[in-house]
Amino acid sequence: MTHIDPALLERHGLSPDEYERIVAALGRAPSITELGIFSVMWSEHCSYKSSRIHLRKLPTTGPRVLQGPGENAGAVDIGDGLAAVFKIESHNHPSFIEPYQGAATGVGGIIRDIFTMGARPIALMNSLRFGAMDGPEGARTRRTVEGVVAGIAGYGNSIGIPTIGGEIAFEPAYAGNPLVNVLCLGIAPADGLVKGQASGVGNPVYYVGSKTGRDGIHGATMASAEFDENSAEKRPAVQVGDPFMEKLLLEACLELMRTDALVGVQDMGAAGLTCSTCEMGARGGSGIEIDVMHVPQRESGMTPYEIMLSESQERMLLAVKKGREAEVERIFDKWDLHAARVGEVTGDNYMRVRDHGIVVAEIPNSALVDEAPVYNRPTARPAYIDEVRALDLSRLTPPSPSDALLALLASPTIASKRWVYRQYDHMVRTNTIVLAGMGAGAVRVKETKRALALSVDGNGRYCYLDPRRGAMLALAEAARNVACAGALPVGATNCLNFGNPERPEIMWQFVEVVEGLAEACRALDIPITGGNVSLYNETDGAAIYPTPVVGVVGVIEDARHVLSRVFRAGGDDIVLLGTGFGELGGSEYLKVVHDLVRGEPPALDLGRERALIALLGRAASGSLLCSAHDASDGGLAVTLAECAFETGGIGLDVDLPPDRDLRASREAGPVSRGFSPAIATLFGESASRVVVSVRPQDRATLLQMAADAGVPAAVIGRTGGPRLTVRVGGDVVVDAAVGQMEQVWATAIERYFARHAA
Amino acid sequence: MIKFSIVVFPGSNCDHDAYHAAKHVLGQEAEFVWHKETSLHGADVVVLPGGFSHGDYLRTGAIARFSPVMSAVAEFARAGGPVLGICNGFQILCEAGLLPGAMLRNRDLKFHCEHVSIRVEQTDTPFTSRASRGQVLRIPIAHGEGNYYAEPDVLASLESSGRVVFRYCDARGQVTEAANPNGSLHGIAGICNERRNVVGLMPHPERACERPLGSADGLVLFESVVSSLASHGALRTA
Repeated sequence: MTHIDPALLERHGLSPDEYERIVAALGRAPSITELGIFSVMWSEHCSYKSSRIHLRKLPTTGPRVLQGPGENAGAVDIGDGLAAVFKIESHNHPSFIEPYQGAATGVGGIIRDIFTMGARPIALMNSLRFGAMDGPEGARTRRTVEGVVAGIAGYGNSIGIPTIGGEIAFEPAYAGNPLVNVLCLGIAPADGLVKGQASGVGNPVYYVGSKTGRDGIHGATMASAEFDENSAEKRPAVQVGDPFMEKLLLEACLELMRTDALVGVQDMGAAGLTCSTCEMGARGGSGIEIDVMHVPQRESGMTPYEIMLSESQERMLLAVKKGREAEVERIFDKWDLHAARVGEVTGDNYMRVRDHGIVVAEIPNSALVDEAPVYNRPTARPAYIDEVRALDLSRLTPPSPSDALLALLASPTIASKRWVYRQYDHMVRTNTIVLAGMGAGAVRVKETKRALALSVDGNGRYCYLDPRRGAMLALAEAARNVACAGALPVGATNCLNFGNPERPEIMWQFVEVVEGLAEACRALDIPITGGNVSLYNETDGAAIYPTPVVGVVGVIEDARHVLSRVFRAGGDDIVLLGTGFGELGGSEYLKVVHDLVRGEPPALDLGRERALIALLGRAASGSLLCSAHDASDGGLAVTLAECAFETGGIGLDVDLPPDRDLRASREAGPVSRGFSPAIATLFGESASRVVVSVRPQDRATLLQMAADAGVPAAVIGRTGGPRLTVRVGGDVVVDAAVGQMEQVWATAIERYFARHAA
Repeated sequence: MIKFSIVVFPGSNCDHDAYHAAKHVLGQEAEFVWHKETSLHGADVVVLPGGFSHGDYLRTGAIARFSPVMSAVAEFARAGGPVLGICNGFQILCEAGLLPGAMLRNRDLKFHCEHVSIRVEQTDTPFTSRASRGQVLRIPIAHGEGNYYAEPDVLASLESSGRVVFRYCDARGQVTEAANPNGSLHGIAGICNERRNVVGLMPHPERACERPLGSADGLVLFESVVSSLASHGALRTA
């Protein structure tokens, strides 16, 4: 028997305190296999021990919610007897070590979460953060970008699920910790959701998919007393994805789910066989007993410890009804998959692992799942906050508005992401009705009139300056984006990316974000149905910006009413919904033009946001709008330019009223007063604003509808002509050929790669 | 009613799209045929859909050609039945020797998914009979290995016998290097066999059958085969 000493515990990431809890829960000292099992189940990743008490603050219920957090994915009712099943998850750490495989396996993992719910996955989206594309970290960043994008493409394209869009931002804060968050959306029968549970004593438990290897055994547990030095060398650091295997699993599982032979299923993601075995038992109020000798193995001589902790990809655990084994095996045979019977459901609420009959682990499910430690970690408001919020614009010399706009359009965060999404098959399954890059993602739901809109958003810079408000803005932006597609937002999923929670400053950011998110979700009536927390995103003590990424799903009742960001024709009226306050704090303008990450992020009035979102839905469903695009990164100037880009050259001529400086009356003091009003108007990032285009005959109806909804609306100009002409208070501040501006925006990202090639 | 049999290999992923186009857009009969089967279920038209058959491991289409169903497909083609290979289906037809040439990795080594323009070069195939010569179709591509290659003599014979059915072009129908998305020789996007009943192309016409998807230009391939079968009489195999 292995001697358990403090060093071994430390390598397993367990504190002496946690070890005492294990001994108490078992009533004895654990075996090495049991120690490994506890270490992964009680890890931050699986147990949410630092975040759980705060996540409870999020609203998770609503009339449409069919499945909230706790299962493999959340689900909302979308009508016609169908459910939208969706979740977002991170694969940050592996993507930094090995960008291609890290990102690819992130895609594979989230797809499994969706189809295990009984849903056919129909769309993928992602939210990515990288370091700067140039400068000292530029070369590494570009390599990471190429690898991550190719990995996402390689997996999604092969399995045949369209990657319909997403968002990408570049900030030095992510140079040592890129973020790869992937969202998957699927469609299931509303009354046919499958659970990750095992019940019915004596029901067989099957293992299907790739063989188990030594890959992905958690870093913290890599070197234990039972390993010798040679075995450590054999262990690859990152898992390798096999999208073809997953395609077979997907089709076979969906075929199996159309029968009623299945009791429950869970994929083996983080913590592999360990997590699926104990969670399925716990959810079903039963136990699972397996013998590792039946587990298909890629390598010889694997110990029970290794088999239980392996994170080899593309593996599923299923509980099926006794007596239906032949039917189940026939389906997997058809897809050339081997379903191995590894154990059965028991009635004693234990997770029991045998090796050739000998019990090597015997743990009550409740000990692993319910009695996992929960920490209320100390929080402290970081000292940096006050320093960075101070912003003195009077010391800056702004460039001409035209030059500033060009600089912003060339910024990789704002520039066209065509270089990226062209590598993603975003059309397969013929549902994509808003092509990638043209607005929120939107997919029709075949055999219904409906479509679903999707957006993922998050602004780490805002959250760095004010985590609470930044989180609220992330949800508001995602909801606004799906509303711009003509959808009613019905549910959200979140991925919370942070540094080390054991640092009170990071924990403070986390709590602020969760509370801000909860408040915004409540105000906008959008429940969170699941998600993921990724902590410890730090390198050399430098944490990433606190980065909550929010994915919102919306329902478009009539797919024909879907909207994109671009103008449809010349001669339409351009209407600005919402009010600008010249808020430059935390803006892309300050960062790109003045190299400043400072100030207060834009204020958010959730009542106004709610009214705007409702108005957009009503106007879209009444066929009043030709296009809709929200103002976010880069402000109104960038928004207007993007409305004209990729239209084949439909320009615009607008006159913007100068932004009112309402900040003067705020406690925070004047932000942009005394600064160029044109710059503040063009590039301020005030929230709750959308640029829409309408046919002239529909203008009055729209304005009346806006007035009724209490949403400020101003006709600012007209579409058409070959130029982008923008005035502020009557003075022309930008006047250029659309094509010239578009060229800068369209080619900026590929120029970073071209410049450094050869 | 014309019956489309859509062959499903493990890893096919545009099978549902071809099915949807044939059945729901065109209103014809459509049926999936699993690759382990040896009969085509009385097909009038056979479609080898896009995807990553067998994960595209080893080489695109290289394993799929050994599937039992491929003997039936070859038999059907020999008897003059119309066969359409789309993307991976085109690659499989090349591997199976039903069409000449091979697809290399795209010139820039990257996967491309985007709408491109292709020009209809020949209208005497069952899949282009309703198109006009020189007609420009806006159709998406989605591939990493669509760079058509054939030996010079093969290429010359393709050209001289008028077997290049589609070529990449710009919006005005000009075949230029800039309009060639993957480096294909002679801008080749699709070809046919000597008998002209087997057509393979890299672009995805089944993704361009409905306006809301961005283009309905692909419909003409399916309408062509329906009308050519209606006028010549369907070839029913067992």
